[in-house]
Amino acid sequence: MLRMLDMYMQVICIATATVCLLLPLARAQEPATFITYTHQMEEPGNLEIEDHSVIGKPDGGNRFLGSALEFEYGVQGWWTTEFYLDGQATTHDSAIFTGFRWENRFRLASGEHWINPVLYLEFEDINGADKGLLEVVGNDGQADLLDSNADSREEREREIEAKLILGSYAEGWTIAENFIAEKNLAAGEPFEFGYAVAVTRPLALKARATECTFCPENFQAGVEAYGGLGTHRNFGLADTSHYIAGLLAWSLPNGVTLKFSPGFGLTGSSVPFLFRVGVAYEIEQVGRWFRSRR
Amino acid sequence: MTKLIAMLILAAASRGDLIQRTPASAAGKTNPYADDRDAVLAGRKLFSHHCAACHGREAQGNGKAPPLAQPVVQNAAPGLLFHLITNGSLRRGMPSFAALPEPQRWQIVTYLKGLKQADVR
Repeated sequence: MLRMLDMYMQVICIATATVCLLLPLARAQEPATFITYTHQMEEPGNLEIEDHSVIGKPDGGNRFLGSALEFEYGVQGWWTTEFYLDGQATTHDSAIFTGFRWENRFRLASGEHWINPVLYLEFEDINGADKGLLEVVGNDGQADLLDSNADSREEREREIEAKLILGSYAEGWTIAENFIAEKNLAAGEPFEFGYAVAVTRPLALKARATECTFCPENFQAGVEAYGGLGTHRNFGLADTSHYIAGLLAWSLPNGVTLKFSPGFGLTGSSVPFLFRVGVAYEIEQVGRWFRSRR
Repeated sequence: MTKLIAMLILAAASRGDLIQRTPASAAGKTNPYADDRDAVLAGRKLFSHHCAACHGREAQGNGKAPPLAQPVVQNAAPGLLFHLITNGSLRRGMPSFAALPEPQRWQIVTYLKGLKQADVR
């Protein structure tokens, strides 16, 4: 198991180092959140590569590492597209690839307003062994994480997901609310609902005159809460999982953003503790870079 | 009076559609860091992080992204530039930088206005 985790991390590190050496990196306006989307879009032409990982241990189950490798591209100022490759490793079990996701975000209003709406549409083709926990919907709970990888990977989840993202900036604070609806395309599966909300703020609003690694404007802190809202047959906060998580993001002068989030389950259905780690790189003007190489 | 000055500047401008389309009411905002040397340096740093990919390291422009030392930008009221940086123009490829805290957007404006001073020197 440790060997598999080690190999997985080596692949991520080699891919990341290759990207860093070959392409010009940009300083991203990377949000500190993991689950909650803000109304911030990827800059047109920029490509962001990010690895999201989550470590947890359900009651009565094995410790796991769920991971999603994300490629986010700014198609237009109002349209951002993202492609994810998901995988997981579970102690005393195996490490497997669990599927892919393709999402698109469309900003519905130009200019900045008190509340800025964004429509999110996603298609995912993953199996039941996925442990990325990128959202909680329906009656999701830690019991879903107890089956062996061999059994749970047999369950195929081809799903359509929509989110209404609402975001605001006020006095340095970023406030975001997401309303989630998801439908498994298999016949008879219900519509599932979920939510995510977050508040973040940089530790300093004014930038220093010199490049610095540890200056406060490079750090953002905040908190996010997310959970399920049942299904269209059984809507509500009961019998599902809810989490609250602290957020810390650190943007380095070389364009790398590191993110950390300890999260705590609030109900019996929730995994008691989740620790998320993210590493993001933004590569500026990818299209122009390739065109100039022709 | 401020509105009238802004309108005259806009009328005199021969280029810079985006600035011309910015609401004149935005011109009334004053830059809290005008002539602040540290703000120019901080703005230059922020410009290199967030703007240089499109506008060029020295703000010389690149393709669709215009040069920023041109008169239409330099003569524009700081409030208009602040409004443009904040709101962008999503349909014309200029992203919104509202995610940057307000003081940082003003620091970028201060740097942009400093481009003219550097040319004069």
